[in-house]
Formats: sequence, C-alpha cells, structure tokens
Amino acid sequence: MDDALVRTGRALRLMLLTALAVLFLIPFYLLVRGGLASEEEITAPGWTLFPAGPHWSNVRELFTDPDVPMARALLNSSLIAVATTLGTLLLASLAGYGLARIPYRHADAVFYAILGTLLVPAAVTFVPSFVLVSSLGWVSSLRGLIVPTLFSAFACFVFRQYFLGFPRELEDAAQVDGLGYWRTYWRVVVPNSRPVFAAVGTIVFIGAWNAFLWPLVIGQGRDSWTVQVALSTFTTAQTVQIHELFVAAAVSILPLLLVFLLLQRYIVAGVERSGIDD
Amino acid sequence: MPAAPRRLPAARQRHRALWFWAFVGPFAAGLALFTYVPLAWSVYLSFFDAHNTVSPTEFVRLDNYATLLADASFRSSLVTFAVFSAFIVPATYALSLGLALAVNRLRAGRAFFRSVFFLPTACSYVVAATVWKLSVFNGVRFGLANTVLGWFGAEPVAWLASTDPPWYWLVIITVRLWLQAGFYMVLFLAGLQRIPPRLYEAAALDGARPGWQTFRHITFPALRSTSVAVVLLLIINAFQAFDEFYNLLSDQRGYPPYARPPLVHLYYLALGQGQDLGLGSAGAVLLALIIAVVTVVQARWSGLGRRED
Repeated sequence: MDDALVRTGRALRLMLLTALAVLFLIPFYLLVRGGLASEEEITAPGWTLFPAGPHWSNVRELFTDPDVPMARALLNSSLIAVATTLGTLLLASLAGYGLARIPYRHADAVFYAILGTLLVPAAVTFVPSFVLVSSLGWVSSLRGLIVPTLFSAFACFVFRQYFLGFPRELEDAAQVDGLGYWRTYWRVVVPNSRPVFAAVGTIVFIGAWNAFLWPLVIGQGRDSWTVQVALSTFTTAQTVQIHELFVAAAVSILPLLLVFLLLQRYIVAGVERSGIDD
Repeated sequence: MPAAPRRLPAARQRHRALWFWAFVGPFAAGLALFTYVPLAWSVYLSFFDAHNTVSPTEFVRLDNYATLLADASFRSSLVTFAVFSAFIVPATYALSLGLALAVNRLRAGRAFFRSVFFLPTACSYVVAATVWKLSVFNGVRFGLANTVLGWFGAEPVAWLASTDPPWYWLVIITVRLWLQAGFYMVLFLAGLQRIPPRLYEAAALDGARPGWQTFRHITFPALRSTSVAVVLLLIINAFQAFDEFYNLLSDQRGYPPYARPPLVHLYYLALGQGQDLGLGSAGAVLLALIIAVVTVVQARWSGLGRRED
C-alpha cells in the first residue's frame, strides 16, 4: 500500500511540475506568437493558437522602420555587453587574485573597503553616479554606459573566494621556475581557472545586456539607446504597433537565449557561486 | 612560500606592496571613483539647492532632508516598497524552494525542468514587462488573462489601470516572480546538494517519515544559510525595483500617482522636469542609508557569515 502511495505522489509531483513548466513557457510562446502575427490577428477577438501563415516580414519591417533604430540599438548593446564583460573579468580577477594571494599589510582594509560597496547597491546611487558622469561630459556616450559599470565588487569577491581555494602547489612550482606574480598569474592561474571566468563572464554579460536603469539615465540621445531602452521607449510611448514591439522583444532576447542554451552549465555554476552563503 | 634569503625584509615588503597595487590598484581606483566619489559628492550636494547644476552655491543645511521627509509621496514610496516586498519576498521564497524540492527529487528529466524554470533569467525586465503589459494582462478583450476570463463569461479587467481593487499588484508581482524564481531555485538546488545523505539515513532510522517530517526537521534547518542569503538578496533586489514598475505603468501621459517605489520616485525627482539634484541627492543618501541598515540588521539578526556545521 505504501508503494502505491509513493507512486501516486511521484505522479502528482510530475503533473504539477509539468503544469508549472507550461505556465513558465507561456510568455515565450506569446512573444513568438505576437512577433509572427499581423496586427489584425493580435487584436482579433477570440484566441488563435498560432498566426495563420507566420508573418516573417515583421522582422524586415522592424529593421527598415525609420522610427525604430533597432539595428543601432543592437550594435550598442553588443558593444556594451562585450566590453563590460571583458573589462570586468580583467579588472575583477586581477584584484581578486591580489587580495587572495599577495601578502600585504593593508590587504584586509582594502578588502573591506571593496566589500562595503556591496552594502549600497549601484541602482540606489544612480543619481550621484549620474552627477559624476555628466560632469565628465559622458552623457549619451558609450564611455558613460560602459566605464562606470566595470568595477563590480561582486565579481571581485567571487574571484577572491575562488583563488583562495586555488591549489597552491601549482603556483609554488611556477615560482620555483622563477616566475613572478604577474607571469604566474597569466601562465598558470588563468589557464587553470577557465570555468570560473566563464561563470562570472556569462553572468556579467546577461546583466549588461539586460541592464535598464543606467542606460535609461545615461543613454539620452537616440544614438546611444540600448536594446532595452529602445524597447522601453516604444512600449511606454505606444508609438509603435504591437506586432512590431513583439518582434523587437523577440529579437532582443535571441542573443541571450543562444548564450544561455550554450553556456547554461557555466551560468548555473555562476549563480551557485553568487550565493553568498559560505 | 620560499623566501629569497639575500633580499632584505623591507625590500621584500615593498616588492609585495608594489605587486599588490599592480593587481588591485586599477580595480580599487575605479571602484573608488565610481562609488565612493559619487556618494561623497551627493552627500555634499544634498545640503545645497542644486537645480540643474552640480556645482551649487546656495547652502540650505538640512532643508532637502526636511522637505523629503515631510513629502507624502516620498513616504508613500517607502510604503510601496514595504507592500511590494511583503508580497514578492515570501512568494518567491516559497515558489523557488518548492520548485527546487520537486526538481531535486525527480528521477528523470531533472535537467529539462531545471532549464525551463531557469530560462526566464535570460529575459530582461523590459521584455517581460512588454509581454505582461501587451499580452498577458492587456486591459482590452484580446489580452490572454481577459480571454480566459471571457471563456467563463466574466467581463474584461483593466489590470494596470484599476486601483480599486488594485489589480496592478497582480501584474507587478507575477512578472518578477516569473523572472526570478528560477534563479533562486538554482541556489536552493545547490543548497540541497550539499546536505549530506547520512542526515536522511539517520532520520529514517529514528523513524522520521519522508515528506513533511523530514523536510521540517532535516531539510529546512540544513538550508538555513541558503535561506538567509536568499531572503537578503530578495529584499535588496525588491528595494531596487525600477524596471518593471516603469515599463508596466508609465505611458505617454507619464507615470500614475500610485505604485511608485523609491527608485521610480527618485528618478522623477532628480531627472524629471525639475532636475532637482540637491533633493535627488538627499533622497539617494536616505535610500542608501536605509538599505545599508536593513542589510546589516538582517545579516546580524540571522547570523549571516557565522560558520555553522
């Protein structure tokens, strides 16, 4: 009898999970459906499961619409996400390694000064940051969108924790060979730490691509709009037809879905590391 | 570490200090410039009347702070945050823990279900808000929720525009729930993997039945440090909520007077028509203080960082 109970429970759990999975996938279905439908099909009464004759021309319409600088926004977002990812990896990993491995009298004080910035999330200080960036004359420029976001205390913290656990024997061997800190780092530590770079890199990339508040504040000119700002401008102003908005939204998550499906195990590893519970 | 015998200790210390700053310096300098300098600057600005300028001359003492604290709309933005987190923190906690427990016990298809629930993490708030606003909770008849209501003969609901009852909360909560539940599920899954199987074996020997009893006495206590981190992250993220509020609620007429969380309020205060940077800076300082205090108190109270085994 117990066995039957266990099997029923397992079946129920599977059914519940399947139902939830369908619910979780509905928004993606809505994106595709809206993106490939004509305006009349979207606003028609009664629900059509899928547009008759998918309107692939919607994609062409999106990229040729002079009111919608989508190509430029995609380019901006790509540049920003790639530069932010590479810059963050370089700066935060070097700092994390120095903090973890180079003995220095004031290392603890520096570490706590870095950690302290985690107490005040960047979003909360967007007004002061805007004041600084505008006095540098960086408003509406890619510089203003990239440079201030390169210094992630979170990434530095993750790298430090990781390097603390890095096998010392490898570095000792390198130092016996006469390599200093710098060459040990590049020749021994980095090549043996690819997974952590991939994990932090994918998380930073996703964050940079999806960032909204800072690009909204700084990207004031049309030419400096990111994908998110462009999309938001059309959504909130409702100057664009719905089917075009859906194509734009679908196009904007396509690069990320690719990154996501290809690198999922690194992302999961990165999320697990971001749990600050040890 | 083998020490070079001929080098003097002082020289060696200098050598190390030099390399330390070569590694840490660029990062530390950037962080100082883009975090500490703006914070200090805005503390300074918050004591001045700074309309449209970052180099003000008129010192107004604590007037900006007094104005803010007396301002009903600033106080109501804090209430909005409190209401928002009272819903989103428990909802996300329960859903992500539930998903993790269920997915973790699957024999087959674990990777598939994990991917499905994690997939929304790839979505931006802007995209999700677009789908929610134009499709799921569109206020007209062809929106998904209203279509479903229509099948049961109910009248369409103006989800985002109705304040009585405040249906907009349903839209705001569900969009964030969908976006972030998978992320926290992964954190809980990692926590579940770290629970040593011998704990369950011992519990079974002691006669604990699998299911609620085991969860209550083994799993839940073992997930304590993960739970603490998750709740802290949820509160901090709720405090920073901006994207979905802005994209769901603002339109060509601007932002409605209700449902303004702190950052939305600050956005219109500092960068709206007035560009009152003095008042905006005072707001930023207050919000930074609040979140820092909340973080420290919560970490203290729950013993975050305390080692436990």
